[in-house]
Amino acid sequence: MNEDKPAVCCRNVTKIYDTGGQKVTALNGINLDIALGELMMLVGPSGCGKTTLISIIAGILDQDSGSCELFGENLLTMSSQRKLQFRAQNIGFVFQAFNLLPALNAAENVSVPLIINGVKRVTAEKKAIEVLEKVGLGARWRSLPAQLSGGQQQRVAIARALVHNPRLIVCDEPTSALDHTSGMNIMNLFKAVALQHDRALVVVTHDARIFEFADRIAEMDDGHVVQVQTNQPLVAQRH
Amino acid sequence: MNQIAIKMLMGDKGKYLGIVLGLTFASFVMTQQPAIFLGLMARSYSFISDTGLPDVWVMDPKVQFIDDIKPLQETQLYRVRGISGVEWAMPLYKGLLKARLSNGTFQTCNVIGLDDTTLIGGPPIMLEGSLEDLRRSDGIIVDIDGATDKLAKISDQPGAAKIPLKVGDNLELNDRRAVVVGISKVTRTFQSQPVVYTTYSRAKNYAPRERKLLSFVLVKAKPGQNLQELTRRIRDNTGLVAYTNEEFKTVTYEYFLHNTGIPINFGVSVLLGFIVGAAIAGQTFYSFTLENLKQFGVLKAMGTSNWVLLRMILLQALLVETLGYGLGVGLTALFGYAMRNTILAFKFPWQLLIFTGAGVSIICALAALISILKVIRLEPAIVFKS
Repeated sequence: MNEDKPAVCCRNVTKIYDTGGQKVTALNGINLDIALGELMMLVGPSGCGKTTLISIIAGILDQDSGSCELFGENLLTMSSQRKLQFRAQNIGFVFQAFNLLPALNAAENVSVPLIINGVKRVTAEKKAIEVLEKVGLGARWRSLPAQLSGGQQQRVAIARALVHNPRLIVCDEPTSALDHTSGMNIMNLFKAVALQHDRALVVVTHDARIFEFADRIAEMDDGHVVQVQTNQPLVAQRH
Repeated sequence: MNQIAIKMLMGDKGKYLGIVLGLTFASFVMTQQPAIFLGLMARSYSFISDTGLPDVWVMDPKVQFIDDIKPLQETQLYRVRGISGVEWAMPLYKGLLKARLSNGTFQTCNVIGLDDTTLIGGPPIMLEGSLEDLRRSDGIIVDIDGATDKLAKISDQPGAAKIPLKVGDNLELNDRRAVVVGISKVTRTFQSQPVVYTTYSRAKNYAPRERKLLSFVLVKAKPGQNLQELTRRIRDNTGLVAYTNEEFKTVTYEYFLHNTGIPINFGVSVLLGFIVGAAIAGQTFYSFTLENLKQFGVLKAMGTSNWVLLRMILLQALLVETLGYGLGVGLTALFGYAMRNTILAFKFPWQLLIFTGAGVSIICALAALISILKVIRLEPAIVFKS
């Protein structure tokens, strides 16, 4: 992999959904670069294509045309097996609804990406507890998701996204299910433990309260990236 | 990932129990109903099984099963004895006669008349007295089930239990005196009538006057004699039908199979059990997968391959299958044990375990297959849909 290249490099990415014979253009020639060490937020109205774009960036959806390179590798040309492996090693996920496995305790949930990568369960759970300590939940590693508050569940989800040390973390509305304080805490945590010089973060959000945490913000509308700017104008607009 | 699969399965205890209970029910019905069916079928030839000494049964060609008596002339016995390869041939009377009980009511009994000299064809187990006691005047041996139930004496006290027939008690068979000289244990017959053993000559006295009274000729082959050859020789020389024990059992079994509604009735029960079990277990397992679809999507997004997900679902199916199957056949075994001393027919051969295992496996395989297809077709991008 080429270290000089951006973490994510999308060129003319187009995605069209066929919904019962009707074609819907979700992405229409997206060009976007995300650098290593950068926290990029994707913002825009519902249906503008944010979720489709992070799905393509995360390698869980294929674009119809254009290219999307992650760390210099084109996911579209990878074999499905290689793509799975690439995803398992390089990408961490944080979801709006947390998507923790309800039957597993916090440590088991966090250890899932390591187990997928072939790490033995005992080793994976030890490592998971270490990461849970980093997010302030070391004492709650035995708790089931249902026994944790929304903010705590999102911390577990962050720990799960970090545990295998991925180079890209994609987050879908990570604060929208949380109250203001919890949301701020989560974003501070992100900044503190997730963002590193060799890792990029892409956050899809509607939540204007967290714009200030972004390095850059890409505004999307109707399948296009309308503009990419630093957080200052949008934060100022909010105030 | 196997442990994650198991935890996912057991995480929702209600669903998990639903799947296991559905399969337990299916497994129970698919084992218990055929076990009763096999028990009933085995009763159809139980008298042949109990009469172990002869190798060949000779009878009228029109006989279709063991209770279908078409009497022979006594001279046929001597013709059979004259055929080469026959070690010995003995007469056997088998017929339904009415016994008059002490309270004046009548009970139909299955009366077996054994050769007066050798008493060949007697009951397999004697509980009281001995077979030789049949030589005593008016002696009969009664089976224990008959003695304690249908032939038992009614107590003078209202509501009191029946008094079992015992050695020394008297009966009337066709208005003739019969004295109980022994109690035997025999396998229950299809009609569940009391079985009364006596000598051949005495049985002829009990039976209504008829020109022919010989029901079967029991034949022992000489050592080394090929039984198929012997039965062919008997047929060719006498014009009668001769079956080996196993052949006669099959003839009887097949008669009941083809001429009664028993197989179809039990077949419907088994099919119903399969359908209900498949519906409950299959539907619950499928809805369990549907509810966990997002979780499978998360695993898929994180890099879990379809093969691993398939393995996880198969493991879940295998686990509930093993539990449901084990509980189902265990309950059937308990049921059989609890009913061992009742009139209920029950036979639980090892082949039935394979039959039920296959049935439960098909249910689980179908449920797992539908779930697997759903998970394989699942777009991991589902994880971003709230």
